[in-house]
Amino acid sequence: MNPTALRAGFWILAVPLLIAALGLTLQGFALVIPNMFFDWAFYLEVLTAGLLQGVLYSLVALGFVLIFKASGVFNFAQGSMVLFAALTMVGFIEMGLHWTLAFVVTAAVMVVLAMVVEKVVLRPLVNQPHIILFMATIGIFYFLDGFGQTLWGSDVKVLDIGIPKQGLTILTDVFEYGIQINAFDLVAALVGAALVAVLAVFFQYTRIGRALRAVADDHQAALSVGIPLKTIWAIVWSVAGIVALVAGIMWGSKAGVQFSLALIALKALPVLILGGFTSIPGAIVGGLIIGAGEQVAEVFLGPLVGGAIQDWFAYMLALAFLLFRPQGLFGEKIIERI
Amino acid sequence: MIYREAGQFKTSYTADQSIFPIRQDRIALVLFGLVAVLAVPAVASNYFLETIFVPFLVFAMAALGLNILTGYCGQLSLGTGGFMACGAFFTFKLATAFPELHIVVVFLLAGLGTAGVGVLFGLPSLRIKGFYLAVATLAAQFFLVWMFNKFDWWTNYSPSGVISAPPRAIIPGYFVTGSEAGPITKYLFLLVFVAILALVAKNLVRSRIGRSWMAIRDMDIAAEIIGIRPLWAKLSAFAVSSFYIGIAGALWAFVYTGSVEALAFQIDRSFQVLFMVIIGGLGSILGSFLGAAFIVLLPILLSNAPAALGLHISVELIAHLEFMIFGGLIIFFLIVEPHGLARLWQISKEKLRLWPFPY
Repeated sequence: MNPTALRAGFWILAVPLLIAALGLTLQGFALVIPNMFFDWAFYLEVLTAGLLQGVLYSLVALGFVLIFKASGVFNFAQGSMVLFAALTMVGFIEMGLHWTLAFVVTAAVMVVLAMVVEKVVLRPLVNQPHIILFMATIGIFYFLDGFGQTLWGSDVKVLDIGIPKQGLTILTDVFEYGIQINAFDLVAALVGAALVAVLAVFFQYTRIGRALRAVADDHQAALSVGIPLKTIWAIVWSVAGIVALVAGIMWGSKAGVQFSLALIALKALPVLILGGFTSIPGAIVGGLIIGAGEQVAEVFLGPLVGGAIQDWFAYMLALAFLLFRPQGLFGEKIIERI
Repeated sequence: MIYREAGQFKTSYTADQSIFPIRQDRIALVLFGLVAVLAVPAVASNYFLETIFVPFLVFAMAALGLNILTGYCGQLSLGTGGFMACGAFFTFKLATAFPELHIVVVFLLAGLGTAGVGVLFGLPSLRIKGFYLAVATLAAQFFLVWMFNKFDWWTNYSPSGVISAPPRAIIPGYFVTGSEAGPITKYLFLLVFVAILALVAKNLVRSRIGRSWMAIRDMDIAAEIIGIRPLWAKLSAFAVSSFYIGIAGALWAFVYTGSVEALAFQIDRSFQVLFMVIIGGLGSILGSFLGAAFIVLLPILLSNAPAALGLHISVELIAHLEFMIFGGLIIFFLIVEPHGLARLWQISKEKLRLWPFPY
């Protein structure tokens, strides 16, 4: 049995155990602390809601990872790309396009945006320290925020592409009232899974995908075997743009298209720490852990300290995690250790 | 022609080690100081003092603090807003709990408290660096703002969550905080206070401890091998930097705005200060001031420019255009001069030495 399969098997076994252990711990707390409420069905409901929320975090984190892997740029503008893509899509739908058509047009816009970014920002800054490139992406962040809202206005917009939103009740035979799941979250999870599958195939089997992986491995070696770095960067930013578009559609139809979407990016950062900056599976798993962890903490532990701990819980979780595993769950081992 | 050091010989170690070794620099500094102390309060209107000079000095202080950490010690931090909030709320609690304490002492104590918090959140830097550390400092940002917002003990149970600066005088009769404080007193107080702390910072980075920060920044492993303890170097950088940032936060809340809520120290504030440091120049005290001036002035110019040009644009559009121009300018600056305004100043000084001859 190869080690990958072994590891996968281990995690498939370990995850339900971990969930059960977390539940038991919370139940223990609830017994000791009088004003804490705990119920298994409710716990599972919160957990699934959190996991499905986590999928959306993963979608944003995915864009970060793609760009970081290929160009070593920590793209802070990913969040505003999500906002910009969603705004553009809504704009085209309001012009009367069918949403599939609007999707294609918006994807084209994101590709153009990627090429412009590559030409105007990245190319002149080649060989600068990482912090300069990072600052440049914050510049892109501000620019895109302003640009998107100048073009399309800053009102909260509704993005409806016909995803069902009613609640579903499952497991009614196990628990008295069953577990409520939002159909929309399920669709989002499926879309996320499909996107990851498409990306995996793209990276594994296409010519461009291989070139991307080569660049991610070693810029110089990739250049020396004739892979055009500039084209690759434009492609990576395009792919990240399209991922941002998908994330934007999902977030937009869930919460409305508004300025706060750009700040979703901040929630993707602890996901990256948890998963590692360079790992696509890491982004997914990290997103799930952050989503579930933060939801459970908010619902069960939040009332004890006054609520709204969602704002920082993910960061603290990531921080605690860093102390034990600085490279993240799936990150490269050759992290700069001190 | 005027700016040339030919003929100025140093005859003692003290002269050799002085911060401004060139006589013309010293003369310029004295003139600059006279203008800042005498001419600015006499000429500038209250509006200019309140909206440009006071925030500029406060931000210069914050930029100074972040520059020590990021520019000199190489530890990227996005928690500046949180540390500023720390300084502001510590000052508020101290000032209301001990009304007889002098306000400068309160500011310094709040700075020390913030330094402690900074060391606490600097601990992860012993394990990680680069962007991982940047994200870790975000934990400080979000946690601290949440804490000050959530627990109304910090605001003395004010129902709105807003703290207002109690009136305090620097010397009897001259108020620097509270509603009676005049803009000129505020400005002069800030000027002196910031100048003294900037001088301290300048000397710190030239001393043994500053050199150990720079060694860590340039190559941590090599620094460790030549006998610098990374733990001490990094944590002291976090402490000193947080001290400055905490005082900046206190000045922001008490001298600049007079009343403030925790939400004024959101992540935007962190980025704003980071921009100042990068645009001004990483690892330069002068750069902190130049960057602060640039970032404070730019939005004011941008929002007044359309009216000055006679264009009539809606307020909302102006806000969005401001964002665009701001972002664009930052990218432009990074491309043209990644080392910041301080480097431009350096280059122009080099040019000035040769002027009017080409070489």
